[in-house]
Amino acid sequence: MGDESTTFSDGDAVPRVVIVDDHRLFRSGVRGELGDAVEVVGEADDVDSAVHVIGEQRPDLVLLDVHLPGGGGVEVLRRVLAQHPQIRFLALSVSDAAEDVIGVVRGGARGYVTKTISGAELARAIVRVADGDAVFSPRLAGFVLDAFSATDAPPVDPELDRLTQREREVLRHIARGYAYKEVAKELFISVKTVETHVSSVLRKLQLSNRHELSRWATARRLV
Amino acid sequence: MAATASDTPRLTRAVDGRLLFGVASGLARHLGVDPVVVRLAFMCLSIGGMGIAVYIALYFFVPNEPTKEDTATLDDPTARKGRDVSQLVAYTGLAAGLGTLFLLFGGVFDPLLWFVVFGALGAAILWQQANPAQRDEWMSSTVHRVGGKGLMRAGAGILLIVVGVIGFLAFQQQLQDARAGLTFAFTLIAGVSLVVAPWIIGLIRDRDLERRERIRNAERAELAAHIHDSVLHTLTLIQRRADDPREVQRLARVQERALRTWLYRRPADADTTVSPALERVAAEVEEEHGVPIEVVCVGDCPMDDSLGAVLRAAREAMVNAAKYAETSSISVFGEVEPEEVLVFVRDRGAGFDLESVPEDRMGVRGSILGRMDRHGGSARIRTAPGEGTEVQLRMPRTPES
Repeated sequence: MGDESTTFSDGDAVPRVVIVDDHRLFRSGVRGELGDAVEVVGEADDVDSAVHVIGEQRPDLVLLDVHLPGGGGVEVLRRVLAQHPQIRFLALSVSDAAEDVIGVVRGGARGYVTKTISGAELARAIVRVADGDAVFSPRLAGFVLDAFSATDAPPVDPELDRLTQREREVLRHIARGYAYKEVAKELFISVKTVETHVSSVLRKLQLSNRHELSRWATARRLV
Repeated sequence: MAATASDTPRLTRAVDGRLLFGVASGLARHLGVDPVVVRLAFMCLSIGGMGIAVYIALYFFVPNEPTKEDTATLDDPTARKGRDVSQLVAYTGLAAGLGTLFLLFGGVFDPLLWFVVFGALGAAILWQQANPAQRDEWMSSTVHRVGGKGLMRAGAGILLIVVGVIGFLAFQQQLQDARAGLTFAFTLIAGVSLVVAPWIIGLIRDRDLERRERIRNAERAELAAHIHDSVLHTLTLIQRRADDPREVQRLARVQERALRTWLYRRPADADTTVSPALERVAAEVEEEHGVPIEVVCVGDCPMDDSLGAVLRAAREAMVNAAKYAETSSISVFGEVEPEEVLVFVRDRGAGFDLESVPEDRMGVRGSILGRMDRHGGSARIRTAPGEGTEVQLRMPRTPES
């Protein structure tokens, strides 16, 4: 998680960002909307160039499109995180398909927002993810609730595999369109606690992937 | 069967319920008698060789039944399944029958005749394989059906012919003489097939390629048609209405949603379940009032009366939010749980004082609170001036019937 000394939310420094999207028009649009809130240090339009630019620039955060030529956002995550695990990713997608979105989040993205998000909200989300928090859009919260309720039936490892009542409650509020601050007020907890819950949901999402994999392998006597 | 048909059917070879080539059953259908009678008649006539000749002539000159689909609806599908077995039985029967005929009536027991019969049988099988209907089935199939059965039949046919020819020659004591000729023939055939094979393989490849290309073109055409009907149309409208930002936004959102649904969603089975129904309701309100509504739905279940009430209440809540909240967006969250269905409609708009809503205003009390009450659910409204509004709808699920 982010060290307390270098938080971007204080406003002293702005996060260095690389934008990865295969549509030039969209990249310049995002650049324009973000304005001074972030420092855009590079752009890329496919998997290879993305890995190259990110390796060269070592940004604080990568705005990552889900659909990319050369293997998609998941491939970028796989290749970059293996070498630079400290770089954070925020998935930014026009896709509505749960598989796409859950796929990049499981691949290691720390949040997901849709492309219809406003510039100001996007800047806020970037700062938050760059600071080490996770960002869920209502839609992602819905996908996650769906994903976990579908695998709820026989929990292999209840500790890891399921969402706690509290996490579920937090997600549900986010899906209802509440901001983190509002969720905190509603549930009588601090914003920090909300962010912790959200982060642990993300962790579980990645874990549940691994668990599904081992379950799949065990069921077929592969291991 | 066909005997009950009022009009005399045209003379065609039967496809269903045939034993050999469908000549006999086709003829029976045409004459309105039982196929067994016709077959017996053919058998009797065959004693003099006459029947066989007639049968073969009819086979060549009478067309096949027009379409298989037409008859498939008439006959039960099991008839088609048993066809191959019955054909095999027919072949064996015919062979045995002919053999007996030669034995009994030909007077001479000559193994020669057996080989002639073998050869004839093999030729018959190959001929049948090559008949147009069968060939179409081979060629036009998107799935390759040449496999197993067809190859086996062709192989059996060829084997029978080879056995017949060689046996014939051998028993004529002519195999020795024919050796040179046979060697020549085999060499010729091998040579020709060496030359022709690549060409034929090339033809088949071309055909496959062409077919794939055709499928791709069809897909592209469908996509192009869709883009034309939807996206291009909307873009044109947007260009014309460029001075009306509200309308432009509305058009763009409507088109975005339509395209999204087309691209990413399963073909929505309309309103039989809660999730697509909720999305449709939201889409309607959004289009009517021009306020973006984001719908998130978790889980799904079939619609019923009380859930219909929830949807109508939710719709009312969305309409209220769109009309009075002066907000830029509305969030709708639906969740289907094992015991109940929850719907939340939230905006960050103006909000209002619930206490100050007059008793006679039907919108909130009648359409939301009252409606949910009547159907056994409950509604809660959280709001305060400046705080936005959230309408919470809760409906217990009736046990599934």
